[in-house]
Amino acid sequence: MIEAFIFYLFASLTVASATTVVTVRNPIHAALFLVLTFFTSAVIWMTLEAEFLAIILVLVYVGAVMVLFLFVVMMLDINIARMREGFVQYLPLGIGVALVMLALMLSVVTGDIFSSEAMLEPIPKAADYSNTKALGGVLYTEYVFAFEIAAVILLVAIVAAISLTMRKRPKTKYQSPPDQIKVRKADRLRIVKMRSSNFEP
Amino acid sequence: MSIELSHYLILAAILFSISIAGIVINRKNIIILLMSIEVMLLSVNLNFIAFSHYLNDLAGQVFVFFILTVAAAEAAIGLAILVVLFRNKGSISVEDITELRG
Repeated sequence: MIEAFIFYLFASLTVASATTVVTVRNPIHAALFLVLTFFTSAVIWMTLEAEFLAIILVLVYVGAVMVLFLFVVMMLDINIARMREGFVQYLPLGIGVALVMLALMLSVVTGDIFSSEAMLEPIPKAADYSNTKALGGVLYTEYVFAFEIAAVILLVAIVAAISLTMRKRPKTKYQSPPDQIKVRKADRLRIVKMRSSNFEP
Repeated sequence: MSIELSHYLILAAILFSISIAGIVINRKNIIILLMSIEVMLLSVNLNFIAFSHYLNDLAGQVFVFFILTVAAAEAAIGLAILVVLFRNKGSISVEDITELRG
């Protein structure tokens, strides 16, 4: 009973906040409602015994990606009035496309294939079962190649994001590696001959 | 009363449809477009996790892990492109990006 209550509460919250994301006027509010959508989805994932991914969703998505979104939205000077042009004009089309798509998907997922008789409710895992441990067990053995590729994708994303946004300012002082490599002893060091006997304290 | 698998699938379908509607409605607003794509990926992830739970197979959760990785990379690069666009043109309106139009 309590599972059903939690599911319906957070499912309705997710749908409501996702609807607000696409209809709200201010992009900052949209980003904040997207944070709420991620939080409520994380709760639903947790009821599905995907604890690790629920925590990752909150940490990585809410903590990093959405902060990045908010950062960019606040940094850019956005003309909200201009952004809203065509909102009412495209509203019927958008709702129509969404309804057709929803009807198609519902006709598939409400069929007999996914009914409660075909897909039995799984037995809940024991209290000492660790989802993180189980996930790590397959991630580092069976899916290790895909895991390495994911790491490379993240590296490429870092390099791409930095190289896109970095700009050279004229006043910044830079080192010149060619000049540093070409330097010779004579350029830096001058040896002066002097007699040491003249030195009297 | 337990929750059936189809309930989760219906929730994911509704989320996906909302984000499709969001892409069509907000076609002038690049930021909301990026957010709609995030909601779309979230609904796909919900599908994967629901199936992983009901089929008792961890492969679905591993796939969600990789989708999250790629989505984070996509958001970072997309926002970087947005910043560069704003720096060069002074606006991020879709209507101002017409250079490649024939």
